[in-house]
Amino acid sequence: MTTSASLLEVDDIRARFGGVRALDGASFSVEAGTITGLIGPNGAGKTTIFNCISGLVDGFSGAVRFDGADISRARPEVVSRSGLVRSFQLARGCPLMTVFEHLMLYGPRQAGEGVFRALTSPGAVRRQEEELRERSYAVARRLRLDHVLDNLVTDLSGGQKKLLEIGRVLLADPKMVLLDEPMAGVNPTLVGEIAEQLAAIGESGVTILLIEHEMELIERLCDDVIVMADGKFLTRGSFDEVTADRRVQESYLGVQLQ
Amino acid sequence: MISYLIFVGTIAGFYSLLSLGLVKAWGQGGLVNLGLVGFVGLGAYTSALLSGAGYPIWIDWIAASAVSAAVGVALCFVVRNLRGDYLAIVTLGFAEILRLAETNEKWLTKGSDGISGIVAPLKNHLGDNFAVFYLVLTWVLVGIVAFVLNWLLRSPFGRALRAVRDDEQVAAVAGKSVLRLKLQAFGIGAALSGLGGALYAHFTSYIAPDVFITQLTIYIFLAVTVGGYTRLAGAVIGSLALIALLEATRFVAALVPGLDAVQIASLREFAIAVTLILVMQLRPDGAFRMSNERSGLGASRPGPDACYGKKAVLDDGT
Repeated sequence: MTTSASLLEVDDIRARFGGVRALDGASFSVEAGTITGLIGPNGAGKTTIFNCISGLVDGFSGAVRFDGADISRARPEVVSRSGLVRSFQLARGCPLMTVFEHLMLYGPRQAGEGVFRALTSPGAVRRQEEELRERSYAVARRLRLDHVLDNLVTDLSGGQKKLLEIGRVLLADPKMVLLDEPMAGVNPTLVGEIAEQLAAIGESGVTILLIEHEMELIERLCDDVIVMADGKFLTRGSFDEVTADRRVQESYLGVQLQ
Repeated sequence: MISYLIFVGTIAGFYSLLSLGLVKAWGQGGLVNLGLVGFVGLGAYTSALLSGAGYPIWIDWIAASAVSAAVGVALCFVVRNLRGDYLAIVTLGFAEILRLAETNEKWLTKGSDGISGIVAPLKNHLGDNFAVFYLVLTWVLVGIVAFVLNWLLRSPFGRALRAVRDDEQVAAVAGKSVLRLKLQAFGIGAALSGLGGALYAHFTSYIAPDVFITQLTIYIFLAVTVGGYTRLAGAVIGSLALIALLEATRFVAALVPGLDAVQIASLREFAIAVTLILVMQLRPDGAFRMSNERSGLGASRPGPDACYGKKAVLDDGT
């Protein structure tokens, strides 16, 4: 593995919750400009490692480096501001806010978020709001959410919620995104649509690390696949390589071969 | 009668200031401050003591707001990991501690005797016109506060604050400094409580610990609930409605024959309780419903029954 081009490096992360060892020395790296799949059976620690990387969990040992900086145990807002933004598996959001507000919320470096700046430089804030508004429209159109912009997120269908998860992550103008099962619970037509969107996002230069159970998707989208099992790194390689690996088949399918 | 109405109108102005602060902290920031009255008392005592020491009144008022804000920020920082019910319990206890301190630190506060003879601004010059002057002054302040808060809540600051209210993790992942926003919201709420207390102290010229009891906190929560707890307009309308209710019951209860004074007082409390229950049943959102930032794209008319939601559900097969 070349370390020079690694955008994200995860080094020997161990985390336990009560008596459960959720992560037991997980290490891997993700190259800039790739779409990487993160797969493994339920309970392998995929979401937990996302939580450790994104700062939502800080009771772990080991190191996380992003874009050359150590972000281990950094607060979630610090991780997001450094250009590494995650989505949530169970599409979560602010129940009293609309789609539009969610998109606007994710805009990075907003001057008007400080009490003082909001009151003293209305011109700068307005210009930034206009720009953010245009970007929100563009992302909404791209994800076909423009007709529900003013709806509360609680009024959205499951698929639309998933699209919003992707949309707001894009609004943050990230270098890299961590997507936690972006297709789970979405109907097949929409899955194809989301996959196209993800491919386009990848082509625009955003690095993607993606947890997904849908193997066809992993095969179609990912340059590289990382396999985790029992809280550890198991193997990595192209889709064909990892699926041919007997250890992967064993852990994934739960079959003891031989 | 006129002077009675002026008095009641001025009190409504004080309540409006407190309500605006509560909308900011609770309705927009999700921080349940059941210790609101503690900050009112803090502001009142700060202003009364400074005024007694000879400082001009505008310094007293600014100091009252600043002290309340500083104590509020400090309290909010100490309990930064508490939310909802737990924050409510801590703040309730905190207000009680402040009241006990006001009662017992006699060297400073004159204990339960209270502080009397607090300077009323320009009263010597204005004479009989003082009451009208103070009414106008109070409502001008309410107007300024509402204007500034409205500006702030419409800015990205307000959006980020509402996100913290709804889901702290989402707000943090969106890159927002959750703690800073909470401290600011709580601090601004506390500052307005302190200002309201200071205005009260110089209006009545007398304060004592038993003025700042939890019942006032409950009244302000009632006002904000009736008006619409996320809306600044709701805070003002709710305060006016509350005062109207409090005063109207005074007259109505007296019309019921065969009641003594204690029973009349109880009947008023009862009427207020019934009103709150009715409002919660008939219009749980209050007079002014929550409003969301519009996208300006104009494609959809949202609402709980928005057809897009249903259509999308069908499309999606989920």
